[in-house]
Amino acid sequence: MNLELLTYLVVGLSFALYIGIAFAAKARSTGDFYVAGKHVHPVANGMATAADWMSAASFISMAGLIAFLGYDGSVYLMGWTGGYVLLALLLAPYLRRFGRFTVPEFIGERYYSDSARLVAVICLIVISFTYVAGQMRGVGIVFSRFLGLDIGMGLLVGMGVVFVYAVLGGMKGITYTQVAQYCVLIFAYTVPAVFISLQVTGVALPQLAFGSEVSSGVHLLAKLDGIVTDLGFAAYTSGTKSPIDVFFITLALMVGTAGLPHVIVRFFTVPKVRDARASAGWALLFIAILYTTAPAVGALARLNLTTTIQHGPVGEADANLVYDERPQWFRTWEETELLTFEDKNGDGRIQYYNDANPDFAARAEAYGWQGNELTVDRDIIVLANPEIAGLPDWVIALVAAGGIAAALSTAAGLLLVISAAVSHDLIKGVLARNISERRELLAGRISAAVAILLAGSLGYNPPGFVAEVVALAFGLAAASLFPAIMMGIFSTRINKPGAIAGMLAGLLFTVGYIVCFKGVFVAPFAANVPENWLFGISPEGIGGIGMLINFAVAFAVSAATKETPEEVKALVQRIRTPRTRGARESQQ
Amino acid sequence: MTPRKTTHWRQNLRLAGICLSVWFAVSFGCGILFVDFLNQFSFGGFQLGFWFAQQGSMYVFLVLIFAYAIRMAAIDREHGVDEDE
Repeated sequence: MNLELLTYLVVGLSFALYIGIAFAAKARSTGDFYVAGKHVHPVANGMATAADWMSAASFISMAGLIAFLGYDGSVYLMGWTGGYVLLALLLAPYLRRFGRFTVPEFIGERYYSDSARLVAVICLIVISFTYVAGQMRGVGIVFSRFLGLDIGMGLLVGMGVVFVYAVLGGMKGITYTQVAQYCVLIFAYTVPAVFISLQVTGVALPQLAFGSEVSSGVHLLAKLDGIVTDLGFAAYTSGTKSPIDVFFITLALMVGTAGLPHVIVRFFTVPKVRDARASAGWALLFIAILYTTAPAVGALARLNLTTTIQHGPVGEADANLVYDERPQWFRTWEETELLTFEDKNGDGRIQYYNDANPDFAARAEAYGWQGNELTVDRDIIVLANPEIAGLPDWVIALVAAGGIAAALSTAAGLLLVISAAVSHDLIKGVLARNISERRELLAGRISAAVAILLAGSLGYNPPGFVAEVVALAFGLAAASLFPAIMMGIFSTRINKPGAIAGMLAGLLFTVGYIVCFKGVFVAPFAANVPENWLFGISPEGIGGIGMLINFAVAFAVSAATKETPEEVKALVQRIRTPRTRGARESQQ
Repeated sequence: MTPRKTTHWRQNLRLAGICLSVWFAVSFGCGILFVDFLNQFSFGGFQLGFWFAQQGSMYVFLVLIFAYAIRMAAIDREHGVDEDE
């Protein structure tokens, strides 16, 4: 069977599985549609959260990103896992105890204000649409690279599948498809990683291979540091970003992760407060399986790639790969243009080095090198892994299915929080309070369908700034939603004007800063270079400052305005314990 | 507000505070602020600071969440506010 047919088969089977689950888990009430009836086992919810969280970017791009960033890539590893500690300790159990359906609903009730709820809805929609456009794009790219299908066609198929299980099953359908999608994606990720580890180090577990010897007495990371610095790159284990920037990017990603509505809402689906705490642990366990493997894959692949091109001592005439002798995977990926070669000095060999490093320029010239000749797209690290390791075709097909699973599961989770914000917070909460449950459910389904169409068109025709605004999604979540929810639980002092002023201040500052350097809709106002940044913090990390501003403004305004009403203080008291003392009978 | 509830909340805050200190220490401390210092030491094939940044902090996060969940369940039970019948 040829590879293309096999890939169609594996991807098709995975789709059939998701749709089958959708029919088995049809939503019958708004409770089913928004929070899966609160019947999800904490371990299953952990798996679903992991799939919900790990997007096309985590699956396809992260290992490659780390491979080329080295130590600087740690911001993603710590940032995107550390947020779960904040979730488990500061948000999830209390929101579960609150016991409603959406994040804006909590903000609206805690701050006794429809305006606060509306601000939260706007933040939620901006964050989620930014994110979902990237996911739909991911689906299209996987389809076109592995199946030779037109991106538009691939998108349509992906939208169709999400449509079936999100519109029909709501949160209930999404939860169980996400469990299946997690299994597909983690298997597809770890199998090639194990084989690559074995090949390079002889150790099967990537997490251990990462610190193993590649030849007697030489460890992987030491060898990698040696060879990349010989080629003028920064040492793998030490970065080029300033410590303050690394600090704030990590902070913004952690707090942003904890403030992402589609992640938070997953913890509304478990039966008990206790389950919400444990479920965050399970989620992180399932996420960490991929996240601790990714840096190992990154380092192994970087070494593999570098030593394939530079197979002898740097500077010797015959130490570089002859272009005509390049391996088969090289040829395959050249066709996709993820890998491109240009023979600048006309010697028929490939020179891959850092030609942007002024200190290396003299040496390169002495070698007769006239510029870097190889351009590598970072996505290739994961996508080409199975071929580089010489794994059978079914593994390659599985990686395609895994990439699609990662993108679809995240997209579905995002679309659901968008539709819940529209049908529950806007329609039921503000516009038509007397709407019946049956009609609210219908409204939820319609808004999910509309959101899918919008997301699909964003994915097909991405506005130029999609890649730029991922920082915005995390920055916004960190600067607006996270502080508002956290203060709502841990302080009774923060009142309506305080919370609204805090959210708006954090929001405007963060958006303003990102637009200033990255330019969204308008041209950037200043060059995006460290000299221009506030305290040397890049737009990626500014959400951390936005959060601090939110806290400060909220406390200042609350101190100067009327105190929180008693009944709201009682609400805060209530959610601080899993069950009200002495209310054992009325609980069940 | 009954005094026992206050104790429950205070114990909760103390536990979360301890966990968050460890959370901060392993990631922002070992992985970022003191990474160069720790990189002088190595174990296996890892420089210690680099290991914390790309592996260790994630393992510690995991232990923290489960430790918090288990200890908190016990605190809830001690104060009679757990969810078991």
